[in-house]
Parts: sequence; structure tokens; C-alpha cells
Amino acid sequence: MIWSKEETLTRAEMEALQLTRLQETVKRVYEKVPYYRAKMDEKGVKPEDIKTLSDLSKLPFTTKQDMRDTYPFGLFAVPQDDLVRIHASSGTTGKPTVVGYTRGDLETWTDCVSRIACMGGATSKDVAQICFGYGMFTGALGLHYGLEKIGAAIVPSSTGNSEKQLMYMKDFKTSLLVATPSYALRLAEVARQTGMDPKTDLGIKIALVGSELLTDAMREEMHLAWGRDVLITSNYGMSELMGPGVSGECLEHCGMHINEDYFLPEIIDSETGEVLPAGEKGELVITCIKKEGLPLIRYRTKDVTRLFYEPCACGRTTCRMENLSGRSDDMLKIRGVNVFPGQIEEVVLSIAELGPHYEIIVEREGYTDKLTVRVELNKETDSFAELQRIENATRNKLKVILGLDAKIRLESPNTLQRFEGKAKRIKDLRNVK
Amino acid sequence: MVAKQITVFIENRTGRLGDILDVLKENGVNIISMSLSDTSDYGLLRVISDKPQEGKAALSAAGFSCMLSDVFIVKVPHEPGALQNILRVISDEALGVEYMYGLSVGGDEASIVVKTSDLEKANEVFEKHKIETLSDTDLH
Repeated sequence: MIWSKEETLTRAEMEALQLTRLQETVKRVYEKVPYYRAKMDEKGVKPEDIKTLSDLSKLPFTTKQDMRDTYPFGLFAVPQDDLVRIHASSGTTGKPTVVGYTRGDLETWTDCVSRIACMGGATSKDVAQICFGYGMFTGALGLHYGLEKIGAAIVPSSTGNSEKQLMYMKDFKTSLLVATPSYALRLAEVARQTGMDPKTDLGIKIALVGSELLTDAMREEMHLAWGRDVLITSNYGMSELMGPGVSGECLEHCGMHINEDYFLPEIIDSETGEVLPAGEKGELVITCIKKEGLPLIRYRTKDVTRLFYEPCACGRTTCRMENLSGRSDDMLKIRGVNVFPGQIEEVVLSIAELGPHYEIIVEREGYTDKLTVRVELNKETDSFAELQRIENATRNKLKVILGLDAKIRLESPNTLQRFEGKAKRIKDLRNVK
Repeated sequence: MVAKQITVFIENRTGRLGDILDVLKENGVNIISMSLSDTSDYGLLRVISDKPQEGKAALSAAGFSCMLSDVFIVKVPHEPGALQNILRVISDEALGVEYMYGLSVGGDEASIVVKTSDLEKANEVFEKHKIETLSDTDLH
């Protein structure tokens, strides 16, 4: 089922709608957001210069750094009174990336997610168990509202406690699973350990996976674990833009349909900032053309992909983005959480008993990612209590900043590799490419 | 009387202990006693030697995280209950033992290496109770 009529517009109709919304958005941010006005003035571009969609390239980019510089509400285009929800992502040390929604934004978001849920085969008959963390992250609540809107029964089980998750799944006859691909595999593993066969003892028919890259290998593993007939689709989004619902895969499995009446996509060369033609691989840049609270202009997602504009066999005409093929920065996804090595570096540097060198090791144990940080001891001590204190302080600080538990490995000074050129401090040993 | 002990941080990795011993050997440092305690990832090697200052300097120069600690080398008569008597004194005086290990010197008398909580007070306590302690120079 196709949820919205906007998903089947002709290219000309879509572009006309996009242009109207783009012009309206640019005019509004120029008037309401001093930060954008200054950036546009600096580039010498006025709202009335946006006459066609290709004029988009005249506008300045927005980056995560802009969000930090204007923390918390500096890029918002509405008074705080108009917000009905505020989320934040872990972002960087101390300062998370804050996103806010008006009532209209929540409706848009819900619509976006309802569309991708329908693309993945969801219907009002489904019992949908949402195994994303509820809280400041946008993942869980985004899927929650979108699925509820189409009439599915929501089981907001959140993350953790896999055995209880499986009990709900069995007793409530859950038919639709929302999780990261690695957690979906982990759940199947726990089910088998407790004597269940996920394929026959549980009734999962649909898996909407996101927040983490779904590789072909993982899709195959998911079929092996959950059954050949389970409909598995991945979806894409990020809190800065909205949360989940920016794009999603349909059952044709030929890329993720972008909700491009809301999110205007471009592909750029991440080095030069030049816009690349359709079909070429580069960094995805999105302009939010129907957002009230936080309408980001040309937001650099740092995700690398390609765009295709041919209509899909599923009947939708919206532009599709290929499964992500990497990042134009050094961000890691660990247990579905965004981790920037710079965050770890800041923690290491802030602890006086540690040297400035570090190494990040990411491994996969079973279906769970494991993060280890190797650091050099910079303090002589004769006491295990002292060593443990240093280790715990580092782990706690990382947990606060990353939202992830890491193992700390203390090393002697001068043990970690030194680099003369670009440092290679990350060892990603997970076999998922 | 306190003695100087070299304490070295050591990762649980094949060959690390050998690396430390190599440095001590090359610098002519003779080990009189040692103790190695560990957690799953790392340990602390504690060494009583004839040349603590030189040993520490050489290990630091070789890049090891190490320091000199003040410990007591307490003579313990070779008879049942002797160690217990000393420990009783320590606990009666409200001192704590952070760690302790045996010192391997030949002869009729044994010694233990003790790290106590309050160094100065421990010194007074040992003097008061006529418990004999050795300095590392006594061990040459």
C-alpha cells in the first residue's frame, strides 16, 4: 500500500511542489534565523535569487558544527513556545545536537514514518514491537507515531532485557519488529539459547531495521535467523533532519525512497562542495523544505550514497538513494549509536593520568558490537586502587559522552603506535562491509 | 627504616615481563625479591633489588611506567606464629597492610616486604615494638 499521494507525483509535479516549498523555506529562514541571514548575506544570496531548483546550490551548507555553534536553539525558525517536543542526540562532549518539533512537524514526521512503514509491508493488523531506545534519541518515538498512525498496535519495549523482549514477542504475537539489524540478530540468538526457534515459535513477518547499515550479508543472516519469508527493509534518517523517516526501502529492494516532498536531496563532492549529477556517488546533502521548527538548509549528512530518479516497480516515483556506502567523515556506528573518534579523544585528553595517544578497537562478539579504548598510562603508581580509579573514571566519562559502555585497556607509555601523517587510531574489526 | 622498591606497571602480554627483566639485567641490577600481582588486563611488578635508583632510572628510560615506593622489610624469626605477631602489632595500631610478600634471602631468618598505610606511623610502631626492619642497603 502507498500511504501518501505525494509518493506517486510525476517528476514535474514533484519539482513544482519542491520549488514552492524551497522558496517558502528560504524566505522564512532568512527572515527568522539571524544565523542563516548572516550566512546568506556573506554568500551574497537573497531569497528571491532562488528561482529554480538548481538555484539551491547558491545557498550555504549547514554542518553539525553550525548546530553546535548555535546551541541550543540558534537555528530554530519558531519561538520556543511553538515547540511541542525537543530531542537531542549525543553529539559531542557536553553539547548535544538539539532538535525541536512544532505540532506541524510532528504530523510531518508521523506521515514520513507511516510511508516507510507501508513501504516495508506494515498494515493496521500488525503488532509492532519497537526495540529502539525510548528517550532523547529520535528513533523509537519516530517509528512509534508513524506505526500507530497506520493502526498497528505498538509494543514500546525499548532496548535491553532480551529475554523479556522475546516473552512479549511470543505472548503478544508480535508480527513486526523494529530494531537495529544487529539487535534483531542478537534477539534471534537469545531466542535459540532459550530453546525457541524464531522461525517457528515466534510470528515475526516484517522487520523494519534502521539506525545502522543493513549490509547484504546481514540481510541474509536475518533471513536465516528469522525465516525466508520475513519482509526485511531498511530505513534511513537522522535526528538533525527529523529522525527516522527521511527514506525507506520498499519491497522491491532497489534503494530507499526519499520523502522528497519534505527532504530535498543533492549529492556533492565532499571535498569541493560541487553538486554532482544524478547517479554519481558522493555525500548526501538534504534541505528540509517543509519543516517549521528546525528547517536546515543544505545539511551535510556525511553519508555517502547515489541517487536514482527512475520510477520504481512498486509504483512510487520518489527519488531513491542507494544503501549507504560509507561516510565522508570518520563517524562509527557502534550498537546503533553514532560515535566520533573526536569524542573519545576529548575524554582521553581530559584525564590527566592518561597520555594523549589512544586506539579505538571495535569488534563484534556474536551479534553485539564491543568497543575497547586502549590508552597509555601517564602516571606512576604502586596501587591497584589508583589504576582502577583511572580506568573507571575514563569509562564513566565515555559513557556520559557516548552513551556506550567501553572497555578501557591501560598500557605502558610509548606502546601505542605513533603517526607522522594522518593518524589511524581506529581498528574496526567487525566483518560487515 | 624504609626500603626502596621499584614498582612497574605491566600489561598482561606475552614477553612483557621478560622485557623488564632484560633492562634490569643490562644495567646490572640484581633482584633480591619480587612480587607480581595482576588483574585480567594488567599487573604491578614489585621489585626489591640491590640498586633501586639505577633500576628505576633504567626502566623509565626504557619507557616503562615505574616508580620507587617506600616499603618496610621486616625481619621475621623462623618460627610458628612470628608473622602473626607482627601483623597483630600492625592491626592493633590501626595500620593497614596494602600488600605484602616474602623476601628470599638465605639463612636462618626470613623477612617480609610490607607496604603499610601510614609510613611514618608504621616506622614509629616498629621501633616502639622493637620489630627489626632493614633498608635496601642492608641487603647488598
